[in-house]
Amino acid sequence: MTPLSRARSRLPLLIFLTPILLWLLLLIVLPHFDLLRMSFRVENNSGDMVWSANNYLEFFREPIYWLTFTRTAVYAVIVTVLTLCIAFPVAFYITKVAPPRFKGFFSLLLLMPFWVSELVRIYGWMILLRESGVINHFLVAWGILQQPVELLYNDIAMIMGLVYTSMLFMVVPLLSVLDSLDDSLIEAAYDLGSNSATIVRSIIIPHAMPGIASGSIVVFMLSLGNYLTPNLMGGKNSLWFTEQIYNQFIASFNWNQGSAFGFLLLVISSLIIFIGLKLTNQQLSRVIR
Amino acid sequence: MIRSLPVSASYSVGFKIYIGLFFFFLFAPLLVTCVLAFNDSMFPALPWKGFSLDWFVADGPERIGIFHDQINLASIWVSVKTAFFVTILSTVVGTCGAFLFEQEEFRFKQFLYFLMLAPLVIPGVILGISILLFSNTLGLFFENRFNLDIGLLRPGFWLVVFGQFSFITTLVTLIVSARLKKFDYTLEEAALNLGANRFQVIVFITLRFLKPAIVGAMAVAFLMSFENFNTTLFLVGSDATLPINLYLQVRDGSTPVINAISFLLIIGTSTLALVNLFVQKNKSD
Repeated sequence: MTPLSRARSRLPLLIFLTPILLWLLLLIVLPHFDLLRMSFRVENNSGDMVWSANNYLEFFREPIYWLTFTRTAVYAVIVTVLTLCIAFPVAFYITKVAPPRFKGFFSLLLLMPFWVSELVRIYGWMILLRESGVINHFLVAWGILQQPVELLYNDIAMIMGLVYTSMLFMVVPLLSVLDSLDDSLIEAAYDLGSNSATIVRSIIIPHAMPGIASGSIVVFMLSLGNYLTPNLMGGKNSLWFTEQIYNQFIASFNWNQGSAFGFLLLVISSLIIFIGLKLTNQQLSRVIR
Repeated sequence: MIRSLPVSASYSVGFKIYIGLFFFFLFAPLLVTCVLAFNDSMFPALPWKGFSLDWFVADGPERIGIFHDQINLASIWVSVKTAFFVTILSTVVGTCGAFLFEQEEFRFKQFLYFLMLAPLVIPGVILGISILLFSNTLGLFFENRFNLDIGLLRPGFWLVVFGQFSFITTLVTLIVSARLKKFDYTLEEAALNLGANRFQVIVFITLRFLKPAIVGAMAVAFLMSFENFNTTLFLVGSDATLPINLYLQVRDGSTPVINAISFLLIIGTSTLALVNLFVQKNKSD
């Protein structure tokens, strides 16, 4: 509450409120209600649209749909855990181990690749990994391989691509949260005879929890909703749920089925974010900052 | 453990190797993409056949460099136009949002704030399909009820602009809000005491103070829009934006002209990012 807000006219409020309401209503609220509505519409035998939960039943009836769905969620969790494990030491090194004068330089270096479009980054990995790619070229030239092998189009390549793509969103919150950790706490624990494992477990990780939570939530959500990376790096068998949605919308032109899928993805993503926030005792508005 | 404590040599060396590998992992794909843009070859692959600028400047018939590639140039232009409108719209609305949530009091403010954050946690694909559905519903409604055919509501340029605007505005609001939080309200009170009205205060004092944040938010908005793929995928019409166009080419096999575009993008975005960083540093001190 600012000191000024007591004696103010309502005109500025209206001027600020109108565009925000229009934006949220027309582009966020109503479209998602429409998504929900469409997901419950089905064409009956005589070609009319009727209300039905058939689109959702179809999801549970066809193993390919719910298998893809489960697989996507499980893989997104794996990606999140991997990203956290890779990013944590890096954030720790930059904030606590490296000489302080390099901190700005390292942070800049970390950000650079993520200013570039995801498509360019994935394309770089494709050039590296594919059968005629750069890694194969070196492996054959050095005599490690007789024949080039296809390193792209499998689950491992896809997971690596997703980890790479989401790295920034894990490193940045970790950097800020570790930066606020007072070194003297670690020094005190060390002087009192704790070993490194104890320090990490009982000082560093509890302090870093808000950063871990916010990083994990963002990475999970971005991986779950990613389309490019699974599509370009995954193989024929690594179907992502967003690709199912795309297929329903663009290939089969079954918008109602696609809406049901989209709504399910929205529900699972919100649910896991909600559980993550509850488990770590965080608030959405704090986490996003 | 940390820099003020004694560590073993293997810990320190091991950590350095890890960090080295990490940055190698981070930069390898970008470096390879850039280097292969200059390879004198028909494919974006090794072996190295010599330095060449063909994929930038060649004008057919075997090789068409990016500066003569009409389809890619057209898509770059579409992306620039899209990003321009998205930046303007989201900056105006986002700045309104910052004022609304930082300076005004009203009922359901918490709820509206929560709703404003929602686009950040909605997957881009979902945002794309729901806006596609809703615009289609609206289009059908206007056609059936008033016999009006509104082109704006069909997949195409403006739908892409609105789709990207819908989540980029949240980012702008957050960036501008962060600076507005640091605003010294005595400045505003002084101006009001001296007889300025609310709008004069906003134009001459608050907006001046917010300028670095607004410029920064515009840069972020432009980049986010220029690179957006997920939301755009469902809303795009006949004129593809650059990411969509690149995606189609990458999926169906590629020529080094994509490396050349990537090289230009990497140079362009890093320059914009660095300039933005520099401006922020100078202004906020």
